Amino acid sequence: MLSIRKSGLQTAVQDLGRTGFQRYGVIASGVMDPFAHRIANLLAGNAETSPTLEIALSGPIIEFDADHFIAICGGDLSPSLNGEPLAMWRGHFVPKGSVLSFGEPKRGARSYLAVAGSFDVPAVMDSHSTYLRAGIGGFQGRALKNGDSLKTLPISPQRLDALKNQNAQTPDWLIPPARYHEQPIVRMMPGRQYALFNEASRLRIFEETFTVSANSDRMGYRLEGPELALEKQEELISEAVAFGSVQVPADGNPIVLLADRQTTGGYPKIGQVASVDLPLISQLKPGESLKFRHISADDAQQLYIEQEQQIRQLKIAIQMKREEWT
Amino acid sequence: MEFTFSPLSEQALVIETGTIINKESEQAVRKLSSLLEKQAPDWLVEFIPAFTTVTVFYDPCQIRQAEVEQELRLLTAHLDEVEAPTPRQIEIPVCYGGDFGPDLIFVAEHNGLTEEEVIKIHTSGVYSVHMIGFAPGFPFIGGMSEKIAAPRRKSPRLRIPERTVGIAGMQTGVYPIETPGGWQLIGRTPLRLFVPEQDIPSLLRAGDEIRFTQIDEAEYREQEAKLDAEHS
Repeated sequence: MLSIRKSGLQTAVQDLGRTGFQRYGVIASGVMDPFAHRIANLLAGNAETSPTLEIALSGPIIEFDADHFIAICGGDLSPSLNGEPLAMWRGHFVPKGSVLSFGEPKRGARSYLAVAGSFDVPAVMDSHSTYLRAGIGGFQGRALKNGDSLKTLPISPQRLDALKNQNAQTPDWLIPPARYHEQPIVRMMPGRQYALFNEASRLRIFEETFTVSANSDRMGYRLEGPELALEKQEELISEAVAFGSVQVPADGNPIVLLADRQTTGGYPKIGQVASVDLPLISQLKPGESLKFRHISADDAQQLYIEQEQQIRQLKIAIQMKREEWT
Repeated sequence: MEFTFSPLSEQALVIETGTIINKESEQAVRKLSSLLEKQAPDWLVEFIPAFTTVTVFYDPCQIRQAEVEQELRLLTAHLDEVEAPTPRQIEIPVCYGGDFGPDLIFVAEHNGLTEEEVIKIHTSGVYSVHMIGFAPGFPFIGGMSEKIAAPRRKSPRLRIPERTVGIAGMQTGVYPIETPGGWQLIGRTPLRLFVPEQDIPSLLRAGDEIRFTQIDEAEYREQEAKLDAEHS
């Protein structure tokens, strides 16, 4: 069990999202940085789909009421265990009574904490994601509060031992490096309504720098930069949007839709961020900036497949290590 | 019928059934949805039907976009042979005005009507659900009389209680969960439009035929208590 001594800014249980219910208007939700979430789970010996704790900017203080094995991946929010800095992107044995805390957000905005065995929360519509606005999923449909007790599923002492031993051999593992940056270059496909924008806007979107506004959350990041406009104003018919759709409302400032986006939208979409680059945006803090670079849908699909292969290799490497020790 | 195909992302393809909202394009959306549901190919992750589009999400590790398009073209070629599912008929009881519908007065004044006249017009229409979107189970409902149309509020309310019935332009709809929103609120229904504990978590589906009926506050309370008890 994990005792939440302090909740932090926003700490909530998430997984890879609620799939299959968007046609009923149910948002996908899920983690903002699926890459970090999946690696954290693999390092902790879990399935990639297991729920993790998404920790935003100012992290929580968590006490472990039993021996555990954990991994923290994603943005560097200066994690420490019992006051000692804790390395990210690798597994750690955590003895009973340990206290995990976070300090200053150094690089990136969100960390993912995976615990071996994963969290014991009920699935709602086949997912453990917290859907805050509807108050469902995750831990009681809400972000964690001070004093909460978050249960974990039990793992056997043998398994815990195996993870512990395996961890001693960790460092050479094939962990794909996170590419987080304060000013990332984000690859983007032209959106469904790209051609409806005026020429200046079609050029600017791929040339100029955009800054993340303070008015940004898990639903979407509002960007500030050169104003974007349609060739002629027109009403569009609402249609599906996706994680990474870049839509432009009448005020000319683009919004990148993220994990908690609505299922449909009526604003013109000037672009669509390549899936593999979504973590680069999700890890930006307000005030940081980015540039878009053009990519085709075919190339974006190729990058996606390559990333899946990398993650699969990591999974196999971890399995092999575990077999050596069990 | 002409269909166009274009990518939404490297894992989603949009089939457009028309460029304007009409019966034909909506029928095509409904038929495509029922075909996709029946055939459920392995590479299909999920799909989102809207007014004139069906967006198909696929697993990029299993299939290339060009192949997805080919498969979907095959599907659309046989659309004429498919029968659209018969619309279900659903009655939505509404307690109009008062605290439940604080904008009923505005809608009446805006259209030079009394509150009773607005209710009479709202309950006399036969409506159809065009699509579900925006919020879980939120129906975009068409077919409302122009006589009671009203503009959106200049500044949206931060909290609209769940089950509230609203009007925006010539559309009417029901907020299934508490959200911010800019529609004019005319009443509340005891029905739950978002039911996460059911296999299909939305009470309404695209294509449903809807009628609104008037109930008083006592009936509202009674029905609400009964429906909530069923789900707890």
